[in-house]
Amino acid sequence: MDNSISNFILAIVTTDANKVLPGSCPIILAANQKEQEKVSLLLARILGGIVHDLENGLYFICRH
Amino acid sequence: MAKYGLAILAGIVAGFVARWLMLRSDYRHYPTYPHGQLTHLALGFIAASLGAVAIPAIAKPDYVAVTFLVLAAQQFRDVRNMERESLSHLEETKIIRRGSDYIEGIARVFEARNYLVIMTALFTSAATYWLGWEYAVVVAVVLIIISLRLMNGSYIGNIAEVVAAEVHFEGSLLKVNDVVIMNVGLPQTREKILKEGMGVLIKPKDDNARLTLDAPGQRMAIIHDVVSILGSKVEINETELMPVARKNPEKGYLAFFIVANEPDLDYFMEIIRKVPVLESARGTTLKSYFGRKAAD
Repeated sequence: MDNSISNFILAIVTTDANKVLPGSCPIILAANQKEQEKVSLLLARILGGIVHDLENGLYFICRH
Repeated sequence: MAKYGLAILAGIVAGFVARWLMLRSDYRHYPTYPHGQLTHLALGFIAASLGAVAIPAIAKPDYVAVTFLVLAAQQFRDVRNMERESLSHLEETKIIRRGSDYIEGIARVFEARNYLVIMTALFTSAATYWLGWEYAVVVAVVLIIISLRLMNGSYIGNIAEVVAAEVHFEGSLLKVNDVVIMNVGLPQTREKILKEGMGVLIKPKDDNARLTLDAPGQRMAIIHDVVSILGSKVEINETELMPVARKNPEKGYLAFFIVANEPDLDYFMEIIRKVPVLESARGTTLKSYFGRKAAD
């Protein structure tokens, strides 16, 4: 049985701290877009999720 | 006694040959495993024997034997369970799953094939017993052809049109023509998808076909068949390149997206056309009065 969490935001990666409020998942602040992409990719691979783009500078990782 | 022997022998041979010919083993169909084939040939042989001895048993007359035959035939109901169980177990370790609709379809077909074998053997042995072996050969050939015809279901190519489509992005949304497939975040993944992704539209020909393609089980079957031939670049923990089939809710056609190991669009479309239409997913709205009226 697969008991991992799915359909849930596992982490948010942003370059703009003003755009997110504290919530139930870790929020990671990246210095620039390059770092944002790198961190998202690593997180997605580690968590087994997919990187989604909210098109406002926020990336989040979700497992389906 | 020799007469009985000949009838039984003819029945067994005809039944066994029928089972053998019905045992498809290209890479889409199950079983592709040598042991699975052996199991089914052995079961087919038993089924053929059952069918073959029925007429001689009645002719003898030995009614007790006939009762036992009926009991033995019940065993073939377990064939379905056997197939279902083993395929469901294998399902757990698959990245791209067949889906329970497909498994149920396969299991039913296996059960049905054994009944066809019993019928073939029965009629062939009857022909041998009453008409002689020359007629039995003709009867056997005709029955085997009928069996193969009966087992030939319809395919996606019969109910829908498969056309090539364009894979593109609208912002972060991956689309195949006008159908949204999913949101892809990383620029490098987008590039990879644009470079290697393939998309097609599966357009149903009528309302029945639309309902069939609507069923998630049927879509899983299409995806499974394509992936089992062309391969897919999905990894266990990297599910971004998952093959997906999504519907256009307005127009009812499916958009299918895949990043395959073998990016050959023509064969990709041909494989989709050859996917069997699953019994459990088959739409039948046009058979009902209201369905026909609503379709105008």
